[in-house]
Amino acid sequence: MSNAIQLLRFITAGSVDDGKSTLIGRLLHYSKSIFEDQLSAISKTSAKRGMAAVDLSLLTDGLLAEREQGITIDVAYRYFATPKRKFIIGDTPGHEQYTRNMVTAASTANLVVILIDARKGVLTQTRRHTYLASLVGVPHIVLAVNKMDMVEYSEETFNAICAEYRAFAAQLGIHDVTCIPMSALNGDMVVEHGDNLSWYKGAPLLELLENIVIDYDVNTTDFRYPVQWVCRPQTQEHHDFRGFAGRIESGEIAVGDEITVLPSGRSSRVKEIVTYDGNLQRAYAPQSVTLTLEDEIDVSRGDMFVKANATPQIAREFGAMLCWLAESPLDLNRKYIIKHTTRMVKCVFSRLEFRVDVNTLAHHETGKLNMNDIARVAMKVQQPLALDHYSRNRSTGSFIVIDEATNNTVAAGMIA
Amino acid sequence: MKLVEDHNMSSHIFTHLDALESESIHIMREVAAECKNPALLFSGGKDSIVMLRLAEKAFRPARFPFPLVHIDTEHNFPEVITCRDKLAADLGERLIVRSLEDSIRRGTIVIKDPDKPRNPYQSVTLLETIAEFGFDACMGGARRDEEKARAKERIFSFRDEFGQWDPKNQRPELWDVYNTRVHAGENIRVFPISNWTEMDIWEYIARENLYIPEIYYAHEREVIRRGNSVIPVSHLVQPKPGEKAEMLSVRFRTVGDMTCTAPVESTARNAQEIIEETATTRITERGATRMDDQTSEASMELRKKEGYF
Repeated sequence: MSNAIQLLRFITAGSVDDGKSTLIGRLLHYSKSIFEDQLSAISKTSAKRGMAAVDLSLLTDGLLAEREQGITIDVAYRYFATPKRKFIIGDTPGHEQYTRNMVTAASTANLVVILIDARKGVLTQTRRHTYLASLVGVPHIVLAVNKMDMVEYSEETFNAICAEYRAFAAQLGIHDVTCIPMSALNGDMVVEHGDNLSWYKGAPLLELLENIVIDYDVNTTDFRYPVQWVCRPQTQEHHDFRGFAGRIESGEIAVGDEITVLPSGRSSRVKEIVTYDGNLQRAYAPQSVTLTLEDEIDVSRGDMFVKANATPQIAREFGAMLCWLAESPLDLNRKYIIKHTTRMVKCVFSRLEFRVDVNTLAHHETGKLNMNDIARVAMKVQQPLALDHYSRNRSTGSFIVIDEATNNTVAAGMIA
Repeated sequence: MKLVEDHNMSSHIFTHLDALESESIHIMREVAAECKNPALLFSGGKDSIVMLRLAEKAFRPARFPFPLVHIDTEHNFPEVITCRDKLAADLGERLIVRSLEDSIRRGTIVIKDPDKPRNPYQSVTLLETIAEFGFDACMGGARRDEEKARAKERIFSFRDEFGQWDPKNQRPELWDVYNTRVHAGENIRVFPISNWTEMDIWEYIARENLYIPEIYYAHEREVIRRGNSVIPVSHLVQPKPGEKAEMLSVRFRTVGDMTCTAPVESTARNAQEIIEETATTRITERGATRMDDQTSEASMELRKKEGYF
């Protein structure tokens, strides 16, 4: 039993030269998501810059500095819909700060489309994109081998690239890869199959995006319910009401189920599943609900409800993969704050185990961590946390690191 | 990859609206739990009416853990103000209204031309209201599909002590773990419906059967044609010499300052008919209706940098 999710979030990785804008432009154009006033505005700008054709990347370049300098600074979100599904595209810039931006956009994505140029094959940047997608645990990868028109739509070229890519992906433990030959320029295999790639029997990209099953991307077995907010109306009508509002991050819950409150370890049973639209008998991830319990036990924000048959690890010391996002490097002498689900605690990084070279995947010993660096760290927190391995649970396996002095978000962490 | 084949969908289908709704509720609860003194910006427009329903879903049976705040330009359509007051009263929630006129009287806003749009001045009164009540977080109903500067803005958008947005120095936002920390005097703007589109809003209004100002539905109205726009005649806008007012069947896609909000020609008399029109329209929501956004390619970004939400 699961929910059929009708909203797919995906990101595109690749440089402008790989035809990323053309691809996004085609998807938006087909779904009638480019409007006349937008098209007229970007046509004017393209003409002003002396370009022969309309530059579709201008659609996502929203900031003044970006349009002035012709670069993309930040992740932009685009929306389109087909009769089957709604889509959110996270469009990430292809150059500077790439790691930081891709990790950010990928953290909420169900799928990544990695674009490569059929003439160039698997490059260093392809490996980097794939590694980052696997690090952040994007469940599905589509390799779009673009510019097939430039290699005479050769099946052998395509097969060779796919074989090389699959071998690399397997090293990272990625097995859910779909390779699609494509010419975004001519429209082959984006929305329609086209006539040029008749040897390819798979579905065009859009059909794949519309039909891919993402229901099981959420962990459906381990119930995890971080308490967000305690609902105490204290009105005459609801005098004794004490509900625990939150979102089911994984698994499911039913009235009468026994739950354990972490970290205290106390138990109770679910009395009601309250929603504005009426009480439910059963609820599933990722629904937002309010639970009431049979017993009056001490529960506050930051606590987590779980079921006894599938408990997370309770730890004060653990290892994690860390992606450093801030300009000032990690300071091993300082205390930071981490936010894990709805709980904020102080932490120290006790050891840097190794840094990963995102281009070669080699591990290096390191004494410091700079912006865009990825490393395995050992850390210690002030209060125990209820943790799952990131590969098992994206919600309870992730955290952000906040610098107490600046209040900036300085790192993304994944329990590993 | 597995594709959908005889997928066993027993009892529960989690639609895209369910997904968006749950995300927005989660965001609002994070604000309520972590911010000391939040507020919800409520104008009586359709997006903020959707926000009210989401707040009901997030916090009932309790009252909202924040007041509703409206920054009134006094250039609003009377139907919108009526709806604003009715909804706040029906919900029994506290509504704080601060008017641009207050700032004009204080001398912090100097109006050059009384007939010109007042949106640029809203930031001043908003910042004064934030200071008056000490709000550390203001939730607003802005959406990323509305405008390209908004497409780049975080859900939790940090503002310095002057209320300014620095687009090049935004906090990274990962998963849905939101960083709500600010120093005294700073604040954040939070956009719980960032990921909703105009179509999602109308589908939600239809699904939830929400009461919205009647001027969103087609009605006969006296208008003037100016360039490509249709301008509503009001006490603030009269035909210039050579222009002729005419009656047209129109509806508003957005309801802002009366002097710069244009209706579109339409016969859609309910949410379902608007959904059908929205599915076939070839012009963006703000492009069709907001004359102030067309001044330059970066009007919205510049306003945001000055403290606009």
